[in-house]
This record gives sequence, structure tokens and C-alpha cells, in this order.
Amino acid sequence: MIFLRTASAFVCACALAVMIPVGAAQAQQGPLRITIEEGIIQPLPFAVPDFQVETGEAAQLAGELSRVIAADLEGTGVFREIPSSAFIAQYSDFNAAVQFADWKAVNAQALVTGAVSVSGTNVNVKFRVYDVVSGTTLGEGLQFSGTTEGWRRMAHKIADEVYSRITGEGGYFDSRVVYVSETGPKDERKKRLAVMDYDGANVRYLTDSSALVLAPRFSPSGDRVLYTSYESGFPRIYVLDVGSVQRRVLESADGTMSFAPRFSPSGQTVAYSLTQGGNTDIYTMDINSGQSVRLTNTPAIETAPSYSPDGSRIVFESDRSGTPQLYIMSAGGGEAQRISFGDGRYGTPVWSPRGDLVAFTKQNAGRFHIGVMRTDGSEERLLSASFLDEGPTWAPNGRVIMFTRETQGEGGASSLYSVDITGRVLRKVATPEGGSDPSWSPLQQ
Amino acid sequence: MKFLPLTVLVAAVALSACTNPNRFGADDALAGNPNGGVPLNSIQPGSANDPTSTAYFNLTVGDRVLFGIDQSGLTPAGRATLDGQATWLITNSDYQAVIEGHADEQGTREYNLALGARRANAAREYLLSKGVPASRLRVVSYGKERPIEICSNEACYAKNRRAVTVLAGGGLTS
Repeated sequence: MIFLRTASAFVCACALAVMIPVGAAQAQQGPLRITIEEGIIQPLPFAVPDFQVETGEAAQLAGELSRVIAADLEGTGVFREIPSSAFIAQYSDFNAAVQFADWKAVNAQALVTGAVSVSGTNVNVKFRVYDVVSGTTLGEGLQFSGTTEGWRRMAHKIADEVYSRITGEGGYFDSRVVYVSETGPKDERKKRLAVMDYDGANVRYLTDSSALVLAPRFSPSGDRVLYTSYESGFPRIYVLDVGSVQRRVLESADGTMSFAPRFSPSGQTVAYSLTQGGNTDIYTMDINSGQSVRLTNTPAIETAPSYSPDGSRIVFESDRSGTPQLYIMSAGGGEAQRISFGDGRYGTPVWSPRGDLVAFTKQNAGRFHIGVMRTDGSEERLLSASFLDEGPTWAPNGRVIMFTRETQGEGGASSLYSVDITGRVLRKVATPEGGSDPSWSPLQQ
Repeated sequence: MKFLPLTVLVAAVALSACTNPNRFGADDALAGNPNGGVPLNSIQPGSANDPTSTAYFNLTVGDRVLFGIDQSGLTPAGRATLDGQATWLITNSDYQAVIEGHADEQGTREYNLALGARRANAAREYLLSKGVPASRLRVVSYGKERPIEICSNEACYAKNRRAVTVLAGGGLTS
């Protein structure tokens, strides 16, 4: 319920997002630009003073918006926040001239200012981004309108704008993650589906834990989720509407198991694993007609299919060589090309939304890793290492990966972690309970 | 649900005998011994002494077979246990069974689901070859989702790599 209202609030916010003419916004070619590559050593220092309070009711929100924006930016590892205790300039008027010398003096290179007004449950937020070094605005000022309940999404939208303007990359903060929320010891684990904002806020549970549920996957539009549930006593794939929580099973023959589903980029087709007579192969199914097509036909285990962003190919895992390795085939099946050739075992490949990389789980020498490689298997890079890391999912901009980390031993528990594709910025994602099997939504509209 | 206390009991036995894997499951020396030598007059219907009971099947015949690392082939001990299961199932023909395949925690969730299915199917194929009707056997894999032992070393992993024949229907315990 809360979500529905939030969602509608945001539809509203988007519809009302308008460009504010702020005079000459000439800084598009400005020098403030940080490129996200492997070589980033110095995070870019920025300041986000509490937004101006335009109406009395906005006092609390002004501070909270600033904090979420700062946390989004700082969390990337690409930016570093200058704490307000260091500020020389007093920020209080959105339309007053910025005292660039004062911001330079505290070493801020980027400055985000804003103003908030609240009327009843309606919120209006304006913001501008400044390149402190050149003393200019970076892009135009923008404003968002929405409801008080949707305030975090407004903050994420603003942070996405700031991130995009400075890095030249798409943002990823205004997104959600569906995952499996876990409680209890390893031999009595309870699992239920949950959805949250990418930063762990606004958790909402989508199922109860009466049946084992595994590996939810967002649809390309973020409105539906595919997942595997044992509610029939056997693993079957379900499709769930995130708004209404209505779900239905995708039909499968008696005596079979189906799991590891993933949507095609069109959202019309599901690629998945089907097990019959102990043998697991990859199939696709038209989600409306239920008509299925078998794509692989070997005695080996074929599982974990993931589409390329253009929908033409599928990367998957097979042990046809004797150990699990990664392969790419046409989305219609046929000959598959092996792409993983390093030491160890490879699984759960996921095609990057940019199309350039495949993220995977690698098991080697008693350790698990999340890694990336180019789609021809070259330039393999391992981004994490632990007792058990698995199940990567890509942020909408293809720059960050979230995954499951399970700790060792009797007290072993699962948590969600994120890592950027340079492998430098590894963070635990705060969830109310344990977490596993994350799937990142696209940027919200 | 009704099998849960037995599972706990088996786990407790296994824990107390960590250094002696022959104490339970596939390698149980009692596997296949009719009655286990219990005098007939002491038999409680449905108890582990009742040779038609689920408890007898689980503990005396042996409800599970174990597998090597990343393997789904049956071991000689596993085949011996399944021989006992086949004989018992043919004798006690009103029982159905679901064979649950499991994996240890090494490996990804998806791969382990498929591997557990291979294991369950290996047990099923063997039982079919010994004359158990296909209509009475179903298979399911839990992958690494349902470990019975929770330590992160081979002592536990060896017990988690299993195919368990879970009875349903029939007898006084149903």
C-alpha cells in the first residue's frame, strides 16, 4: 500500500519535472569531469549544504534530502563529501550568488545547492550543481514535485543528475533491488521475497516464508518479478506483480523442476532451466502463451541463462566440458561458444546492461569470487574474494554489481554486498534481516 | 513435517559419531537386515521396531545415500542401501516416496539445484531397475538449501551430499 502511493507520487514527480531557466548555463564544457575507470585514485570532493527551507514544514525534509544525496554520491567511492563542520560559507538562499572562494577554501570542487517547500503532502525541490573551480553552474537547475512520502526518490533523482553531470555516466540511485530476505540458522533458514530501494531503505516483503523461495529477477520495466518457489512441493517458476503482489505459476510438466528464470529484454520471454529425468537444460517460454522452446540438449547441466541487452544472445553456465564454465549461444539456441578459460569453476553469468561485460561467480582454490570479463572471455578481473560470494546483479548503469556473501561455519549467514567494477569500492548493503540473491531494477521512470 | 523429529534424531546420532561415518545412512551396517533382530513380541506398531513403519525404513533400512564431491554416481554402499530400500518398497507397496537430492554449500545455488536433481535421479533410476514402480517415486532437488549439517568442512559436506528417500502414505504413521 505504502509503495503504491509512493509510486504514484513519483509518476507525478516525473510529470512535473521541469527545467528552470537559470540564465546562462554555459558550463557543459566545463573542466569538472571525473571519468570512472580503473585509475581513479582521488575521489572528487563535494559539498551539499542543507537545502534552503522555503516553507516552515520543509525544515526536516531539507536536511534529510541533503543527507541522502550526499550518501548516494559518497557511496560510489567516486566522490568524497566535505563535512558541513568545515564550511566557511553560510548557505541560506538558493538564488543568491554563490561565494565560490569560500567553497574553494574548503577544497570542494563540486557544490550542490537546493531549496525545498512543502504544502500539505506536496513537496517541491529545486537544485543546482556548481563547478566550484571554474565558478560556473554545471548544467541547468531542475525542480521536482511530488509527495512527502516520495521524498527519498526525489533525493535519488537529484543525486543521479549530479552523478551524471560530473561523470558523464547514467545514474543508478533511483532504482530498487528485489532479493531474498533470510532469517534463522543454516539448517532452518526461512526465506521470503523483499523489495527495497537500492540503498536498503523502504523494505517491503512480497511473500511470506511458508515456502522456500529463490532467486527473484526483475522484469526490464521493474513492474514484475520472476522467482522460484517450492510452494507446490517442487521448484516452479512464478511471476509476481510487484504492485499488487498477485502471482501466478508458469506451467511446467508434472515430474519436472524449473528454476533460474530471467526475462528477455522485451519482457515477453523467460529463459530458464528445466530438469527432467535428472538432466537440466535451458528453455525459453513465452510468458503470455506459455509456449516453450528447448535451447540446449545435452546430458550436461545447463543453467543460469542471461540475455544480452539486445536480446539476440544468451550467456549461460554448462558443465559439458567436465566443470561448470560459461558459454554464449544465440537466443534461439544452437551452437554455443565457450568464453571462460581461467582456472576454476564459473557460474551465474549476467550480461551487463551496457553489453560490454559479463559478471560471474568464480570458484577457485577454495574461495569464491565475483568477477567480470568481456563477452569474448578476455580481460577477466576478479572484484571480490571470500568464503562464498555468488549471484551478481548489475546496477542499471553497468558500473556497480550487487551480490550475495555467505559467511563460513555454523553461524554462517548471508548478506548483500556491492562492488564497483574497478573492485575498489566494496560495501555491505544494510538490510533488516539477512539477504541473498539480489536483482537490480532498471532506473525508475 | 511429521518426519522432522526423525531427521533431528538422525542428525544427533551423526554428531555424536563424527569420527565414524559408518554409523548412519548409506553405510549403515544394518541396512537391509530384516527386523534388525528384534523379538516379535516387543514390536510397537509404527515404532522403529515395526518393520513396516516409516521409522524402520528411515533408521534400519537407511533412508539416504551419500555422494562424493561434485559426484552423482552411486557408491557401493549407496547401492547396498538402495537394494534394501527397493526390497522394502516392494514389500510395503502402499507407500509412495519422494527422493530429495541435496548438495553441500560449495557451488552456486543454480548449479547445486541441478546437481541435487542428478543425485535424486540416480537413486530413482536404481530403485526402478530393482523393480520399484515409477508411479510411486518422485524426485525433487533442494540444492544447497536444506543442509542437515552446518559446519563448513568436509565432515559436514559429506553428509549434506545426499539423496533421501522420504516416504509418504501407507502404514500407521501416515
